[in-house]
Amino acid sequence: MNAPVQGSSLWQDAWRRLKRNRVALVSGVVVLAIGVFCVLGPLVAGLFGLDYASQDIPLGATAPTLAHPFGTDVLGRDVMVRTMHGGRVSLLVAAVATAVSLLVGTTYGAISGFVGGRVDNAMMRFVDLAMSTPYLLLVIVLMALIPPTAIQVGDLDGSFILMFAALGLVSWLTLSRIVRGQVLSLKEREFVEAARAIGVPPLRILFRHIVPNTLGPVIVYSTLTIPSVMLSEAFLSFLGLGIREPQASWGTLVNDGANAMAVYPWLLAFPGGVMTLTLFCLNFLGDGLRDALDPSASKS
Amino acid sequence: MTGFITKRLLAILPLVVLLAAVTFTLLQLAPGGPFDAERNFPPEIQRQLEARFQLDQPWHVQFGMYLRGLADGTLPSMKRPGLTVGELISSSFPVSAALGSLSLAFALVVGVSSGIIGAIRQNSVWDWTTMSIALVGISVPNFVLGPVLVGIFALGLGWLPPARWDGLSTMILPSVTLGLAYAAYIARLTRAGMLEVIRTDYIRTARAKGLTERAIVFGHALRGAILPVVTFLGPATARILTGTVVIEKIFQVPGLGYYFVQSALDRDYSMVLGVVCFYSALLMLMNLAVDVAYTWLDPRVKLS
Repeated sequence: MNAPVQGSSLWQDAWRRLKRNRVALVSGVVVLAIGVFCVLGPLVAGLFGLDYASQDIPLGATAPTLAHPFGTDVLGRDVMVRTMHGGRVSLLVAAVATAVSLLVGTTYGAISGFVGGRVDNAMMRFVDLAMSTPYLLLVIVLMALIPPTAIQVGDLDGSFILMFAALGLVSWLTLSRIVRGQVLSLKEREFVEAARAIGVPPLRILFRHIVPNTLGPVIVYSTLTIPSVMLSEAFLSFLGLGIREPQASWGTLVNDGANAMAVYPWLLAFPGGVMTLTLFCLNFLGDGLRDALDPSASKS
Repeated sequence: MTGFITKRLLAILPLVVLLAAVTFTLLQLAPGGPFDAERNFPPEIQRQLEARFQLDQPWHVQFGMYLRGLADGTLPSMKRPGLTVGELISSSFPVSAALGSLSLAFALVVGVSSGIIGAIRQNSVWDWTTMSIALVGISVPNFVLGPVLVGIFALGLGWLPPARWDGLSTMILPSVTLGLAYAAYIARLTRAGMLEVIRTDYIRTARAKGLTERAIVFGHALRGAILPVVTFLGPATARILTGTVVIEKIFQVPGLGYYFVQSALDRDYSMVLGVVCFYSALLMLMNLAVDVAYTWLDPRVKLS
């Protein structure tokens, strides 16, 4: 007698394919390493009595040395410690915004496209309205209505939490339209008809059969959103919503560095370099995930 | 199809009015009014100014005044005396639209072609190179990319003028700076879409028929692959055509993006409302065009 054929789930297949993709694996390791560098780095620097705010004004801006591998800024603050601190902020922002956009955007778009008709029309007109709401104004009003001191979670102040709200409100909109477009096309395919014919309930068809087929564009779009979220964070912080001096994020460091690019190039080069390396690795990882999750790829 | 398009077109007007109401409420909630910054106004002038824009009237009277003014094009800007909102938009939008179309054309040509190359030659040197350039386009912010491009092509090589808005040669650097990030999105989405399509049966059939690679890619594969790109292009086109404040500042382009941000900061109620209505109508038209394009790209899609 033959042993029953063991099916392998999408995620098992994906994990096996991902493990064979060396570039994606190396990228994953580099992202992890940068994460560890940013989370643990400030603790190590603390042992030397340095943190992101400690100034050495007589020292001023110096090019990289052994004591300050990334150099120092105009106030004599160590750029490496600030880059590590900024990484904590930026990676957190990227993770939260991506998670919100993935969850909300995919679910919203999938339901809109799958149900279709009036529901789709109403849901998508809401997206149209949300996309055209003047963001700058909304941020100004958010800041005015909810004083930063009103909310306090741990050592994060309200302004930081509000920034997440501001980013979360908009980050899922385009993604939901992309998912909805894919679902509109996918739901007319034969495999959906087949699933329907054998009596699979609609929600299961949507989330087990259709949504996995949209993951390619979803992953690619999400990895592309990460840099734009990091830059939006810098813009919001510049407007006064988010982190404030002496705190730093990669976005604000790059922003400040760009202004001093001609005089103190290391202020742009190091934070910008670490940020770009992270984004590169995240994209290679995203591509590897896309290839690994492609349901039409061979099983081998 | 005609019925669908008519219905959607008719829905734009009420939606724009709804959005205008939301925007107006936001404007009133925002701290500060349009005439707060002008100091040393004698109180009677302040009162007259406010009476002229009916700021002393109840919400619905004010809102009605703005809507009427926008509809017949006579609404005056609050911070730029003597100019109507219509005049300001119609003088700056063509500039932003010209710059935007050029950027979009650049983004489409570069994005789609490098996306195709990336997919056909997956994991090759070509794939890596185009992908890396795309990533640079996305992760380097405008305010860094702009000055760097100016430094290389204007100040260093002297091929192009560094700024100002005067003829085609001045449009190239801002278009490239603006378009590169969009090109990157398009390239990545095209590549992902192509990779999914080129393994399907109908492409295998096309190949078996002996079609050339070019006919397969452009005649069959691309059409099925660019659905996500087209979706992305809807809101992106509306955004790119209405201008970007950073680019306009770096390159001294007299476009709409600057007016909008400035008027939001100045609390120029009428200008903000005008630009928001204009932008939202454009965005809804674009998203309608995207929906119609779906049925052409994939005839299985049914719109109701």
